[in-house]
Amino acid sequence: MREVYAVGIGITSFTRLEYPLVEIAGYASILALKDAGLDQVDQVYLANMAAARLNHQTAVASALVDHLNLQPAGAATIENGPASGAAAIKEGFQAIASGMADTVMVTGAERMSEVNQLEATDVVASLSHPLSEAIYGVTLPSLAGMFTRLYMEKYGVTRRHLALVAIKNHANALMNPFAHVQTAISLEGILDGPDAPTNNPIIADPLHFFDVCPVSDGGACVILASAEVAKKLKKPLIRLAGVGQATDTHAVHERENPTDLLAVRLAARKAYEMAGIKPADVDVAELHDAFTILEIAESEEVGFFKKGEGHLALEQGETKIGGKIPINTSGGLKAKGHPVGATGVGQAHEIVTQLRGAGFKRQVKNAKVGLTLNFGGFGNNVVCLVFAKE
Amino acid sequence: MPVDLEKILRPVDNPFAPYPPKVVALATGQPMVIRQVDRDDIPDLLPHVEPLLHHERDYYDVVAARVYSELLGHYKYRYQDQYVLVGQIDGHLAAIVNGRFVNKKLGMSLHTLAMHRGLRVGAHCFAAKMEYHIDIVGQDEVLVVAESPIGFRRWMIEYQLEKRYEVPHELGGVPSYALTRALFDKARGSLIVGKRPVSAALLNKAQAGILPPTDPPKAAPDFLAATRSVYDSTGTARIRKGKGGERHA
Repeated sequence: MREVYAVGIGITSFTRLEYPLVEIAGYASILALKDAGLDQVDQVYLANMAAARLNHQTAVASALVDHLNLQPAGAATIENGPASGAAAIKEGFQAIASGMADTVMVTGAERMSEVNQLEATDVVASLSHPLSEAIYGVTLPSLAGMFTRLYMEKYGVTRRHLALVAIKNHANALMNPFAHVQTAISLEGILDGPDAPTNNPIIADPLHFFDVCPVSDGGACVILASAEVAKKLKKPLIRLAGVGQATDTHAVHERENPTDLLAVRLAARKAYEMAGIKPADVDVAELHDAFTILEIAESEEVGFFKKGEGHLALEQGETKIGGKIPINTSGGLKAKGHPVGATGVGQAHEIVTQLRGAGFKRQVKNAKVGLTLNFGGFGNNVVCLVFAKE
Repeated sequence: MPVDLEKILRPVDNPFAPYPPKVVALATGQPMVIRQVDRDDIPDLLPHVEPLLHHERDYYDVVAARVYSELLGHYKYRYQDQYVLVGQIDGHLAAIVNGRFVNKKLGMSLHTLAMHRGLRVGAHCFAAKMEYHIDIVGQDEVLVVAESPIGFRRWMIEYQLEKRYEVPHELGGVPSYALTRALFDKARGSLIVGKRPVSAALLNKAQAGILPPTDPPKAAPDFLAATRSVYDSTGTARIRKGKGGERHA
């Protein structure tokens, strides 16, 4: 296999963008091409989950190539639920590693605000099992609520721990100009104070408003290149050193132990093996915190902490910037936002930013190895990426 | 004999109990003081409403235009039995809500204009307005309409307001809903929060003057303007400069 490098990055603000989907994707792409110093690529992968329903548009990759005048580059749209972004990066990795392409543009984009929030939630819920989950009205927040309740009972996680994740990620987002939610929150305001129940109402018990990510629009792009091309571009050499993907049962209730996120564990293991590193070697990570509990659970499954001890590490400040393993320096899905198809690419954008040392106020000192974890479905399709600075 | 037309044009306000100020703790942990303002305070509010007339997002333009007219009408004695409450964070204006007393039993909610978003500032001030009608003045119900999807979600859905489609609302157009005493009691402690008395320090700070909103709604930034500038008339970007420059080169 050939080595693969991230040579260009671009991103839009993750917020409500009142522009067509292809323009959102195009903007992030142009920034990344400019960053890389390229004006043509061999292959384009466009990660998107639901343009057909949200924007009445299909074949978005073809539209993007035309929009940017990148013909005759190959183009394909990758739909893999919320893990579409990292899945598209994996496709890009394979194209270069196999020798089929020297340069690949991986863009993720979603424009969710074209429909109202109820419809957006319904669209996302369509990734659940149609006969055993969706038909009974199961949504992602409801699955996360049940998961959280079980996690609390088994491991002693409390609402305070969940609130600490939200507070940390909101604080990180304040240092990220691209983040959707730019509001500091406090324990008093969302948990302890007399008016906290109103400020932070229940969404899906025991998850409250500030435990859930916003519905965002946004685009992000990463340009991948072979070593030969990367070395000519005079950019910091950030290698996509490890790629792992794993799946689990579609319906959550079919899992032997629903609090075990097996696909996360396996995807991370594969990525570490390929990169030749251990969890302790990771300096910074972007985990898929669509719900606050997921940051805690994933931090255990990727091996940063023992199972059932992620919340204790959080409590000790180990996941803050300056802590042992800073998690979600961008603000995470929780505060940076979650334009579904763009999320995995946005995570890679943040890690490349960190490894380049360009994170400004949120920069993790001496970051050399970074990890992203993109969580599809409710953990039934997970992609883990490891980036390393050379 | 001269006729004083002003006496005819100017409605006579009825006496209603004043709204006692309260303080609500926001998600940030900051306290927001909600208090009634006088007619003489209206000129201090109008400059902060005017910019929102031009904010074409989430119906701010419609609501701001109506609030501006209602406040001006109130200031110039052309609106009977109107009251105005404001939310202030550290003295800064965060929201304006207003309403009117139709009679001793019926209230008319007018508008809620949040100038600080994302912290339920508007929702807290709307709740204060309902509290004024039901608890302080002792009315039986308040007629409410929504002019934006956000308002509909906050009032009609969160309070589960009753339909009063047969009763026209003074704002016209959309169907009326009603907050009854029973619905208000149900929302007490969950949607209706805050405490009294407000500490002297907080109240003095609020009353010392209405400071401008710290984070008023702004137009969506045109993040994509830079790329549009390199589009050709067909909407196709010309990024391949220096490499032929032509499409399908």
